Amino acid sequence: MKNTGKAVKKYWQLYLLLLLPLLYLIIFKYIPMVYIQIAFKEYKIGMSPFEMPLASNHGFKYFIKAFSNKDFLNALRNTLLLNLLDLIAGFPAPIIFALILNELTFKRFKKVTQTIAYMPHFLSWVIVSSLALQLFAPTNGFVNQIISNFGGEPIPFLNDPAHWVATYIFMGVWQSFGWNSIVYLAAIAGISPELYEAASVDGAGRFSKMWHITLPGIRPTIVVLLIMNLGNILGSSFDRPYAFQNNMVMNVANVIATYVYKNGIKGLQFSLTTAVGLFQSIICVIFLLLANWISRRLGERGIW
Amino acid sequence: MNDRIIKSSKTKAGDWIFVIICVVVCLICILPMLNLLAKSLSGSDFLVKHEVYLIPKGFNLEAYNTVLKDPKYLRAFVWTVVLTVICTLVSLVMTAICAYPLIYQDLKGRGFFNIIITITMFFNAGTIPNYLLMNSLGLLSNPLVLILPGCLSVYNMIIMRSFFYGIPDSLRESAQIDGASYIKILFSIYLPLSKPVMATLALFYAVGRWNGYSDALMYMKDKKYYPLQLLLYNVINNINSIEVATQEGFSTPGLNESLKAAIVMFSTIPILCIYPWLQKYFIHGVTLGAVKE
Repeated sequence: MKNTGKAVKKYWQLYLLLLLPLLYLIIFKYIPMVYIQIAFKEYKIGMSPFEMPLASNHGFKYFIKAFSNKDFLNALRNTLLLNLLDLIAGFPAPIIFALILNELTFKRFKKVTQTIAYMPHFLSWVIVSSLALQLFAPTNGFVNQIISNFGGEPIPFLNDPAHWVATYIFMGVWQSFGWNSIVYLAAIAGISPELYEAASVDGAGRFSKMWHITLPGIRPTIVVLLIMNLGNILGSSFDRPYAFQNNMVMNVANVIATYVYKNGIKGLQFSLTTAVGLFQSIICVIFLLLANWISRRLGERGIW
Repeated sequence: MNDRIIKSSKTKAGDWIFVIICVVVCLICILPMLNLLAKSLSGSDFLVKHEVYLIPKGFNLEAYNTVLKDPKYLRAFVWTVVLTVICTLVSLVMTAICAYPLIYQDLKGRGFFNIIITITMFFNAGTIPNYLLMNSLGLLSNPLVLILPGCLSVYNMIIMRSFFYGIPDSLRESAQIDGASYIKILFSIYLPLSKPVMATLALFYAVGRWNGYSDALMYMKDKKYYPLQLLLYNVINNINSIEVATQEGFSTPGLNESLKAAIVMFSTIPILCIYPWLQKYFIHGVTLGAVKE
């Protein structure tokens, strides 16, 4: 007890510094958790969440309602589908790009390439979606202008569900591949040059060095990032799908985050959408824990 | 001898293949922006006929003129700059005062603090609880709602903490012997040595604020505090429908298109001018974030 008092006294300045960040976390991260109980209750305006009456079915009314709601099931499917496609297309891209960059012998050219490839990451999703519009719009889009110049039929990149999904995934990869390659480049830089020298002596060519030295060298990074991505397979961001959505493709573009916004903040169905959000958060935590556990079982470094 | 010559010429050919691939990749990155730039500088006649590709046709600055003369855009631009500067400064201070105490291994309660912080990385209460909190704090339509909720990113805090760990303990120990207080050590040793990570995180926070629109969409009821990106979202999505376009007085569809392009350029250029100068720093920052200890 006395020791604790002494330690606190010695470090009082540090506690003072921590005060503000902790206050921030409590107010903006922990107090909202109090409102989670709304998922199990009947929301009443102007009432504290503690006083609201319990919903029927032992409080699970809104979870049952969500899972019998076509729109939500559609959003759930779309979230999974888009994340999975993102992973398939978007995960290998930065690895391949890092491998290519690593083969460049002209230092200056390499740096310029990197700067250009990082550029899309700094554009907001509103801008990326408007670029998609400029490129792929049915009549005045860049690509369709070219196609019709050659006498082809315009492709409905943004209006037809399947094409929209492809465009959405493509623009996602476009936005992120350069930025995500940074981590792999750093990992490649950490590989001992002696390995390459030894391989050269043994007569290994460029591609065999890539395959037998570079790729195994960055394997831990690849595994950790893959697992992190898998853990987030049901996570959903709001900015990107909301910016890309249009009325003609809603049945593939509607994801959980936009569903919650439209039915909660716009539609005021607070209990239902809190239940949906809670379901998503819990699944995400479980997936992340599972992913980490698998990573450790595979003998790789865990995420934490 | 012969063998070696063949090999080296092969390597050269290989080099060029990679250069060509990289040139193509760069073009794919840049072409959409060039197309946009060309459209923003083109005359409406050429746009209506769908003749503009990468080079402006009927060069004019009318669209930029319209944007710069419209107080709506200028106001949003200035407001977003102010907002970004405030958010970046507040966030950097919050990040530093959160990361610094946690590097003292014998700080009582350090483990507890770390747990509290880590939990928020993995579990989020969700959109609606956050919205209801802002509502009950009376922050909806208050400009603070665009600053406070995002003023500390735990992810960025971990990057800064990793950087702080890299500063040798002996430096602070010798300062302690000289009688410097902990707060003084932060300001006289840690912050001056942390310029690279500060630059990186400033960029991350600034880009996040500059590009973010969903918080304003959800929490900001007052149109005069709309950041540029939300305004942009509304313009892009409304301008497609003819009635809004004519309402706003842009009756020629060609000008519409170049105007849209000009607004997008207008809101993109600030960040595109800044990030290349910080490349050295943010590469290091991203790497620090990836190798959490």
